[in-house]
Amino acid sequence: MTQLFLFNVFNGLIIGAFYALMALGLSLILNLSGVINFAHGGFLAVGGYLAYTLMPFIGFWGALAVAPLLTALIGLLVEFVLIRRLYGRDPLYSLLLTFGLAFILEDGTRYIWGAATVPFDIPDWMTTALSDQFFFLTGYRLFMVLLVFAAVAALFLLLNKTRLGLRIRAGSGDLETVSALGVNVRVLRNLNFGLGIYMAGLAGVLAAGMLGLQPTIGSALIMPSFIAIIVGGLGSLPGTLLGGLLIGVASGVVTVFFPSASEAVIYVMMGVVLLVRPRGLLGEEGRVQ
Amino acid sequence: MDEHTESPGRRRMLKAAAAAGILQATGPFIISARGEQPIKIGLNDPLTGTYAELGKNEQIGCEYAIEQINAKGGILGRQVQLLVEDSTSADTGAAVQKARKLIDRDKVDFLLGNVNSAMAVALGQVSNERRIYHVVTGGHTDAVTGSDCHWNVFRVCNTTRMETNSVSKTLFSKYGKKWYFITPDYAFGHTLQEGFEAALKQYGGTEVGADLVPLGATDFSSYLIKAQAAKPDVIIFLQAGQDMINALKQAVQFGLDKRFHIAGAQQELEVLDGLSPNARIGTWVFEWYWNQPNVPHVAEFVAGIRKRNNGKVPTARHWFGYVAAWTCALVANQAKTLDAVKLAKATENFKLPPEVALMPGETFYRAGDHQLMPTLYVGHAQEKGSAPEDLFHVDELVKGVDAALPVSETGCHMKWS
Amino acid sequence: MKALAGRYVDLAIWLGLATLPYWIGAAGGYTSLGTRVVVMALAATALNFLLGFTGVLSFGHAAYFGLGAYGAGMTIKYLVPSTGLGILVGVAAGTAAAAIVGALIARLRGVYFAMVTIAFGQVFYFIAFRWNAVTGGDDGLSGWRRLPIDLGFGSIDILGNDQAFYYLTLAGFAVAVAVMAALLRSPFGRSLLAIRENERRARFLGIPVEQHIWLSFVVSCFFVSLAGALYALLNNFADPHDLRWDQSGDFVIMAVLGGMRTFWGPLVGAAIFVVLQDYLSTLTDNWMSLIGVFFILVVMFFPRGVLGMLRRRKATS
Repeated sequence: MTQLFLFNVFNGLIIGAFYALMALGLSLILNLSGVINFAHGGFLAVGGYLAYTLMPFIGFWGALAVAPLLTALIGLLVEFVLIRRLYGRDPLYSLLLTFGLAFILEDGTRYIWGAATVPFDIPDWMTTALSDQFFFLTGYRLFMVLLVFAAVAALFLLLNKTRLGLRIRAGSGDLETVSALGVNVRVLRNLNFGLGIYMAGLAGVLAAGMLGLQPTIGSALIMPSFIAIIVGGLGSLPGTLLGGLLIGVASGVVTVFFPSASEAVIYVMMGVVLLVRPRGLLGEEGRVQ
Repeated sequence: MDEHTESPGRRRMLKAAAAAGILQATGPFIISARGEQPIKIGLNDPLTGTYAELGKNEQIGCEYAIEQINAKGGILGRQVQLLVEDSTSADTGAAVQKARKLIDRDKVDFLLGNVNSAMAVALGQVSNERRIYHVVTGGHTDAVTGSDCHWNVFRVCNTTRMETNSVSKTLFSKYGKKWYFITPDYAFGHTLQEGFEAALKQYGGTEVGADLVPLGATDFSSYLIKAQAAKPDVIIFLQAGQDMINALKQAVQFGLDKRFHIAGAQQELEVLDGLSPNARIGTWVFEWYWNQPNVPHVAEFVAGIRKRNNGKVPTARHWFGYVAAWTCALVANQAKTLDAVKLAKATENFKLPPEVALMPGETFYRAGDHQLMPTLYVGHAQEKGSAPEDLFHVDELVKGVDAALPVSETGCHMKWS
Repeated sequence: MKALAGRYVDLAIWLGLATLPYWIGAAGGYTSLGTRVVVMALAATALNFLLGFTGVLSFGHAAYFGLGAYGAGMTIKYLVPSTGLGILVGVAAGTAAAAIVGALIARLRGVYFAMVTIAFGQVFYFIAFRWNAVTGGDDGLSGWRRLPIDLGFGSIDILGNDQAFYYLTLAGFAVAVAVMAALLRSPFGRSLLAIRENERRARFLGIPVEQHIWLSFVVSCFFVSLAGALYALLNNFADPHDLRWDQSGDFVIMAVLGGMRTFWGPLVGAAIFVVLQDYLSTLTDNWMSLIGVFFILVVMFFPRGVLGMLRRRKATS
């Protein structure tokens, strides 16, 4: 029983890391631009499909490197053409825009790649378990979790040690001041959006190795990411990371005792957090009001 | 599936005479010019969302059937027209609306659909209300020919009990008597599990564990961890569609297929097609399979579908659509009527001819619950078959009548009105 | 003069709605499409009470719409075979849930309010989707249908007669919009407008902002639940999609499309949206892209909506 319990805690961490990867992308965009990106799941699917298309030519590793970048490029373009026109307007409009965008991305992937699930092959050595004892630790899962942590570490380094990162962080706190200090806010938001979409693309490639790749692949993953943000605290990236890991572990643990509540538990967590601490676990004071 | 090669309007008239090239020049309206209204068949199926592929395949099967029907003189001497409406994959309200559109506005004579179980039930209510002859193509929930059965509703695809009963004996005798269930938590999964449990009880096996997995779950690892800890002989996956793909993909990555036998009930070619070769594993039931070298007319059907399916072989979904459309034509021509009540009466115990049944054995609609009694294909998924598309190996054929619950136990109380 | 023109618009709208079953067939539609327009218009108008007249963005109204639907369906299926009682229970269920959730979130603002309403909406979606034994889960709530309404001296057959059901829905719509219009003219409605225009000033004026937002949310959800109950009766079915976030998005786009600062905007928006979707999805498999593009066009070029634009043009000319 303890063994089973521990297994599920580890496993929950793996899943949670994945939620966090998606949620961090959403959170970045939300914090700086005030845009809830409903199309995040759509970008995730695009990332997966681009990798699928590229793989015969440049292999898994090549696709893993290139596909998220291409997805980010599409993100930059979308921000440049559409989303930037809505900054400063009621958040309602950007919400509706990304909502419509989600429709277009789902339909577009279906139009280009078809409605059928396509097989996505990952290198053989990754699909085998590392040991009989810890059979749930496949090469792929371990790799996934390491990559997520590497990506998160890189993101935090970027935000804390580079000028771009400092500006993004400062801008998320007080955009007007940053703008007054001579920072080009338009470029900043554009790059930040691209960075968020890069993470969606990366999540897409990783998800395609574990789940069936089809146009609606992102829709099941977006809601846990929203909840990770709310639980962790709006406006806080470390909070988002924590939120993602927490809901992953919680649903893993609950699976041991009461499997049919494994999804419900994340909603219950959200309710409790909102009741007890409306700004979320690591949310900044006053941010949500 | 490049939809962009299609003509922009989905409401195409399917004209038999088009083959002769005469109508090509004069357009489809020659039919009305003769003062004769075409017979309309409405197909209500998902063309967007999760079930888009399944719906599209059923549509292709319908279109092929209608082309053949028109070539053979149509229904009661009139040409047949197929009207297709997208029901969406999840919005049952939209599906009901589209059914009313087909019935109230377009005045269809027959209604076909749906892939989605909820929609199949909801459409059954609408067609019953409007007294329209309705053939359910691919919605598997037992209620369609069980508790929610109607006099005007018939179903092509199987009930869950037929699927479990056809495979359980093989599983028990060949692979062991300790079973673990990984069941999707909704009606379809529950009834499949009940079916297997009844069989286990009958044969004296044990259920070493069962997990209800949320429908639409993406991560199965927790359940797989529990399943392997219970040390069963067979792990039974009862998922469908995308959930099945996710479950099998992860089971193989965990190496469970090397330590336990993987099996289940319903399996579809669309699912196996979406898996990497190494994940094409397990013992399953197919509702129809394209590779039946000894069954007459099948080769011709496969070739016909290939032409309109980007060269791909037909799946059970194509067959559902094909049988559903042909059922309308065959019954109407035999009973020489379009009256729904008379048609429904004539469909009871109606036997499909071999060129439509496309399977060995007798295939007929059972009188009490309006369920088609076909042959079921028990076999195993394979990494490599005789042809690149041969992903399933049929080991055994089971008669639907032997696998189905007797009508008295289906919960169907047919009310004629 | 202006008031008089307004009267004429009102009259034209009511006349059009009252005669709809007699002309919709000639216009290429069908009666239940008209019913759907009215139900959606009711939901969008109710949402707009909060969105357009209080300035609070809820992206989770489908939850209360769905609660109304399930409340009505479950009452008829399990409790009492009465259409009227079904509607009552549906509305009560949706309103009660809104009262609780509203209390939890009335302090949040802007995009965060939207986000939390989405998440709470998903809670109810999730319950409907997963609680198989009671709600029917993914298979939906079936095996019941709307029943003739017994008036004591006679009954109205709303099941077999589509027109009768249309007029029942229209009656519900009429009462609802009359009440909402009256509320907006009341001191309470004025306070809501004050909050929308400048929350800080409203607070200085002594308006208890949180209570007002809470109450506006509850009123809005009350009428959305009514729309949901009618929607379930229209379909003789309730299913989890009624509660999903994409349904919420549809309500918002209807309000914005018609003009969320105008009273009739949501009705116009609902009519355009429902008819357009019905038409496009028959025309092509790729209707989702067209609807998506439509969303973007509305947001980019018609943020004030159809009526908002018309009104503006009139003002400038």
